Amino acid sequence: MYRYDEFDHTLVNERVHQFRDQVERRLSGELTEDQFKPLRLMNGLYLQLHAYMLRVAVPYGTLSSTQMRKLAYVARRYDKGYGHFTTRQNIQFNWPKLEETPDILADLAEVEMHAIQTSGNCIRNTTSDQFAGAAADEIEDPRVYCEIIRQWSTLHPEFTFLPRKFKIAVTGADHDRAAVRVHDIGLQMCRNEAGEVGFEVVVGGGLGRTPVIGQTIREFLPKQHLLSYLEAILRVYNQLGRRDNLYKARIKILVRSEGIESFRNLVEEEWSHIKESALQLPLDEIARIENYFSPPRYERLDDTVRELEVKRFEDRDFASWVRTNVSTHKQPGYAVATISLKPTGKPPGDASAWQMDAVADLAESYSHSEIRVTHEQNLVLAHVKKADLYALWSGLRDVELATPNAGLLSDMIACPGLDYCNLANARSIPVAQRISERFSDLERQHDIGGLKIKISGCINACGHHHVGHIGLLGVDKKGEEFYQITLGGSADENTAIGKIVGPAFSYDDVVDAVEDIVDTYLEYRSDGEEFSDTFRRVGLAPFKEKLYAAH
Amino acid sequence: MTVQILTANRLGDGAVVYRAQAGGWTERLSESLVLVSTEDAAETLAGAETPEASLEIVGPYLMPVDNSDGEIRPVETREFIRAKGPSVAFGNGHQAENTPLSLAG
Repeated sequence: MYRYDEFDHTLVNERVHQFRDQVERRLSGELTEDQFKPLRLMNGLYLQLHAYMLRVAVPYGTLSSTQMRKLAYVARRYDKGYGHFTTRQNIQFNWPKLEETPDILADLAEVEMHAIQTSGNCIRNTTSDQFAGAAADEIEDPRVYCEIIRQWSTLHPEFTFLPRKFKIAVTGADHDRAAVRVHDIGLQMCRNEAGEVGFEVVVGGGLGRTPVIGQTIREFLPKQHLLSYLEAILRVYNQLGRRDNLYKARIKILVRSEGIESFRNLVEEEWSHIKESALQLPLDEIARIENYFSPPRYERLDDTVRELEVKRFEDRDFASWVRTNVSTHKQPGYAVATISLKPTGKPPGDASAWQMDAVADLAESYSHSEIRVTHEQNLVLAHVKKADLYALWSGLRDVELATPNAGLLSDMIACPGLDYCNLANARSIPVAQRISERFSDLERQHDIGGLKIKISGCINACGHHHVGHIGLLGVDKKGEEFYQITLGGSADENTAIGKIVGPAFSYDDVVDAVEDIVDTYLEYRSDGEEFSDTFRRVGLAPFKEKLYAAH
Repeated sequence: MTVQILTANRLGDGAVVYRAQAGGWTERLSESLVLVSTEDAAETLAGAETPEASLEIVGPYLMPVDNSDGEIRPVETREFIRAKGPSVAFGNGHQAENTPLSLAG
């Protein structure tokens, strides 16, 4: 893992000190709320429906056990005993007090954490593949470049007041687990014809009220030019992005209005001036950062582990968990374990303090003290010996974190929605809970297979509903919560924006509607066909027929 | 004219508060000052937008309520949720320091 250098320590500690002073000045009346609001937002502190909310950065979703324990401590000491993991691989605390927030930030700084750039019109936390460094289909560990981007973008003076927020994602694998095509900039590691490793650069993707799939602006960018090229894109956006209309301020709108060719020409022109500048990445600097992410010392192991096979045979619950929550590791004898934060009937992404402590302990015992947060609001232990999987699973079961549903229907993304969020029109969490209760029979979920439901409580699309196989968007109809359903979305390498199936469903009816959609899929699917394949083949018609025929 | 009350979030902890009939701010909807006339509503709102008020509260605004049967009730779903707190249990349903049954010994 990356460890702070003296600059990082100084920067974070100075920020804590500065924010403590700002809070004191607000409480004493020296600062008005209008003056204070942008300052607290720069430190990740929002005011939501019932309380403040503090969003803490988890750079590219990687946490140490020590950091996870500190998050548990913060949850217990300053909040209501839990935290909420988000789609930007961060964590949010929903009940901090204003006057205690500087203490929280001071505690977090002790373990090299902060809340800088988790809000505001700046470059946000760069997200990545939760299987980074472990995935069998990976070219290189993308977190090396996420960290380089983090260092470049942190307090970047030119990009602190962009037209709008800016999100970057990097993946090193062919199978896109980081949703790079729906980011402002997506970086897909690839090889050129000479076999050199670089990036395909995708620009102008995004969700929100105008969902757009990003377009490739450059097929191959050599590694050493990563920062100069990003800087060129950001500079063009910063100059030409719209500041007159909040809803048209994201880069996707600029790329669309300019056209990708014209936008590319603008970026290339800008790049030509800075390509050979100090932004060029020296190979030894890349190597220095790579050192922080060097793989753990793997043992030489057989890939087939007899005791694992025996336990799978003996224990059906364990076998079921292995089937869904355990993924292939590049190293023989090792596996990647996904810890589902989606127990039946519980809020997606929430973890209690005692669960965080338990995960920290389990990571220490079985996965080199390292934990990943996924953009699908789960946790991952990336380097588990197959021989340890049963012990890990037993430990997870003791703290109610062994739900065998990763990738299945109940592994939903849901935004906080109207239960917490100031912007929401409708609730998301109880809809997710009701859906998971309706499909609580895990055998049934296994039969249905991989299915992604994503729920947003408003058009801002924090719940990624546009790219759900089944997407639910909460809308307000004359003061009542309704849910518009989209079908056929996808966030992976075959990114697609879902299509609206028809008129919205009421809060009471939406779970029946989801069940009707699932039943229709099962009725029409061919052997081995996933939802997206069936949807592409049969289209909206049979779903519409099932949902609306009776009305 | 819609009956209104004045609401805001408390500065220190962000809690939902209402302008109280007895003066000051209250967390109880039932203790809110009910504003029947537009003039009263505007005047009460203006009183909450002063530098002094901002030492106690953030973001004051008027919200419609129904008090036709004597009980003050929000009209909008958002305000119901603000008044009552999240409609869902949180932290996987376990409050601070709770341990799961399996660990309770």
